[in-house]
Amino acid sequence: MSPRLRWRKFVSGFMLTMTGVCALVSVSMLFFILGYLVYHGGTSISWNFFTKLPTPVGETGGGMANAIVGSGKLLLLATIFGVPIGFLGAIYLAEFSGGTTAFIVRYAADLLNGVPSIVIGIFAYSLVVLPFKHFSTLAGGFALGLIMIPITLRSTEEFLRAVPNALREASMALGASKTKTIASVIVPAAYRGILTAILLAFARVAGETAPLLFTAFGNSFWSAGWNQPTASLPAMIYTYALTPYDDWHRQAWAAGLVLLGLILIINIVARAILSRGIAVPRS
Amino acid sequence: MATTTTTVPSAGPIAGSRSFLARLREGDEIARMITFLFAASVVLVTVLLVFELWRDSVLPRHKFGFNFFRTSVWDPVFDQFGALPFIYGTLLTATISLVIAVPLGIGAAIFLAELAPARISDTLEFFIDLLAAVPSVIYGILGVFIVIPLMRDYIQPGLKKSLGFLPLFQGPAYGFGFLTAGAVLAIMIIPYIISVSREVLLSVPRDQREAALSLGSTRWEATWKVVVPFARGGILGSIFLALARALGETIAVTMVIGNQPIIRASLFSSGYSIAAIIANELTEATSNLHYQSLIELGLVLFLLTFVLNGLARLLIVATSQRGAGMGHA
Amino acid sequence: MHATVRPAVSVNIPPIATNAGARDTSSALAMRMTITKVNFFYGPKQTLFDVSMGIATNKVTSLIGPSGCGKSTLLRTLNRMHETVRHARLEGEILLDGQNILAQDVTAHRRRVGMVFQRPNPFPKSIFDNVAYGLKINGSKTPLPEAVEKSLRHAALWDEVKDHLHKSAYELSGGQQQRLCIARALAVEPEVLLLDEPCSALDPISTAKIEELLVQLKDLCTITIVTHNMQQAARVSDFTAFLLTGQLIEFSPTPHLFTTPGDPRTEAYITGRFG
Repeated sequence: MSPRLRWRKFVSGFMLTMTGVCALVSVSMLFFILGYLVYHGGTSISWNFFTKLPTPVGETGGGMANAIVGSGKLLLLATIFGVPIGFLGAIYLAEFSGGTTAFIVRYAADLLNGVPSIVIGIFAYSLVVLPFKHFSTLAGGFALGLIMIPITLRSTEEFLRAVPNALREASMALGASKTKTIASVIVPAAYRGILTAILLAFARVAGETAPLLFTAFGNSFWSAGWNQPTASLPAMIYTYALTPYDDWHRQAWAAGLVLLGLILIINIVARAILSRGIAVPRS
Repeated sequence: MATTTTTVPSAGPIAGSRSFLARLREGDEIARMITFLFAASVVLVTVLLVFELWRDSVLPRHKFGFNFFRTSVWDPVFDQFGALPFIYGTLLTATISLVIAVPLGIGAAIFLAELAPARISDTLEFFIDLLAAVPSVIYGILGVFIVIPLMRDYIQPGLKKSLGFLPLFQGPAYGFGFLTAGAVLAIMIIPYIISVSREVLLSVPRDQREAALSLGSTRWEATWKVVVPFARGGILGSIFLALARALGETIAVTMVIGNQPIIRASLFSSGYSIAAIIANELTEATSNLHYQSLIELGLVLFLLTFVLNGLARLLIVATSQRGAGMGHA
Repeated sequence: MHATVRPAVSVNIPPIATNAGARDTSSALAMRMTITKVNFFYGPKQTLFDVSMGIATNKVTSLIGPSGCGKSTLLRTLNRMHETVRHARLEGEILLDGQNILAQDVTAHRRRVGMVFQRPNPFPKSIFDNVAYGLKINGSKTPLPEAVEKSLRHAALWDEVKDHLHKSAYELSGGQQQRLCIARALAVEPEVLLLDEPCSALDPISTAKIEELLVQLKDLCTITIVTHNMQQAARVSDFTAFLLTGQLIEFSPTPHLFTTPGDPRTEAYITGRFG
């Protein structure tokens, strides 16, 4: 073997090993993150954490019950607002629309998808907070819902389109109206993908903090109804981590573990649903 | 069921031989209108968003014009607002994050697309997708409690000792600042580079690599000199996507960057980013001009990410189409 | 007709000389490559059964047979391309100039046995850089512009591209791109050139140009071509091997195989009774 070839083979082996190192480093980040959260937050997860309100600095035994409920309310609102728009909009795109309209709607959705979440927060602030002169759960839900819309819409459209045309034609040939076809044949055929899309959108907004800074803002106590500012898990983590108090740091870790755990579980479940096979129409 | 026996099935918006009333009766027209309304609301909300950004930034645009981007004084007391420190901080941290994430990400993508057997590649990609799902605030607390001490106690002193002759690595180093923010951003954007680049590399036609190998290339030569250049458009697109993400990132950055509107050459220095200052001052803006200046910053951020995302999409689509259309006669 | 473990193989060539130096001056024919009892497996599935034949030096040998008969598989073992596929396994012996190719360094071997693929696949580079690619990585004693011109002339493409060497290869037509791929392969001066259905994606005129080229290239190197077009095999090749479901059925000088085939299966295939 010539020296030149020997050198080339050495370079090849070396560089390819380096790519493996890059992959290892990148993937291991996930485990480092989980590891730190479990290590620091695992011990702080207690019954108090889930059931008690935040206590003033210095008093231990506080929890994040209001933040957990607050996040729940925000996510509920976001889903109610964002999912129907995304889902029905996608049905329009996949089943009814012509070329130009579809292009405009898709373009708008992609644009909305790329908007940084802080700018979404600004928008929700000027639309829902300023006119009413106070922060509210509604505003937060609106902001999060906006983020959910494009994710839900594009994914749902993709999965609806993936349903073979043969199914549509068979249904119509049997005399079913378009609406019936969509409701009874197409959507059920695509249900796995659509569900996955909704779950992933949900997991995404569960962790969003920036828009909430201007909309739901925060609350040390329970938030009644939908019109008051409310605490949320991400915002609490953000606030607590920046304080100098150890007890609050511990709670921030615990909240981080709970939040990330929730998000990862939803992601894993969503992908598991999807990978169970290509959506097949139920007989 | 009087009309259904003569119904012509149609898949598109043109309804064939059915009359409007027949369609209405069967509910299709209603369904069409309802779904259209929802689809239109997406467009409406997007237009409204852009409009609000534009309308609510009119004061500083008239008062400062383009000087807004050239001055570095941000003084709410005297109603003086210059965006330069925030633009500087945003661009600097984004650059640092790219310098770290691009080699790592492309390297990992090459491994996943060219070397790893399919099942390992898919499993690792699964973990990368999970990494992409980690929310910003989690990176934030890890940044505050893990990365900052690491920087302060080991990395920054180390850099100072070895590369301290460069102005980049001089000055006081407390652990937070541009470098830390850039490093945290790097971890956040790596998954985007990896997953898009991997997909683009996988779509390169097999016979490109085979042709390179059949000329006596080593595996690395075939990958680096043929496959990667073939996919370079899509890889560049993935970098644009990652950059757009880095520019808009708020929470993790504001937790570790120090939040000082100053411009310094040293990477150890505190700084500020566009998203961070909006987050910190929007709800407490002292005057209309202050508020609208922040909105103008938001508009800038929006435009930057808009352009980057658009370019990214074009590049990625163009590259996969080129792969599919090879070998025309 | 069912396949048996050891099918009757009609081989009608003069005695084989394994010394590559021996030329047609003796009654023995020089074989650049010899294939002995090759069995090929993809995972648990076997796709080549006990194939033995030779590739004659400076001649054109064609491999014909219906889809799925294993001709491409066999071709790809000659430059060890099968090793890029994870579950592929080769048993048997393949010699190049008397040396076992499986014992050589694969990168060095592939420079000696080049390949042109079914669909033209130029690199995303200029015409010049495509041809120069192999020269750059392997090192070249002649200056690049000279070597590139030489290859392009051998591929009958020089006159068409000499003023456009720095344009992208994708601006060429399909037939030109394929000739570019041939030039690219020739640039590293391989001893054997393998072509896997090189004209199947091309129009008749481009096909004719390439067939003409192959006959001329014989003097430069040994040529092995896989083709599903029997007339092409009849036109360009000196020797033809007919494969069916992974077995070598017949291997003879081309005129002999097409006019008086030794095996009834060969006759059935060439008369079009099955495709």
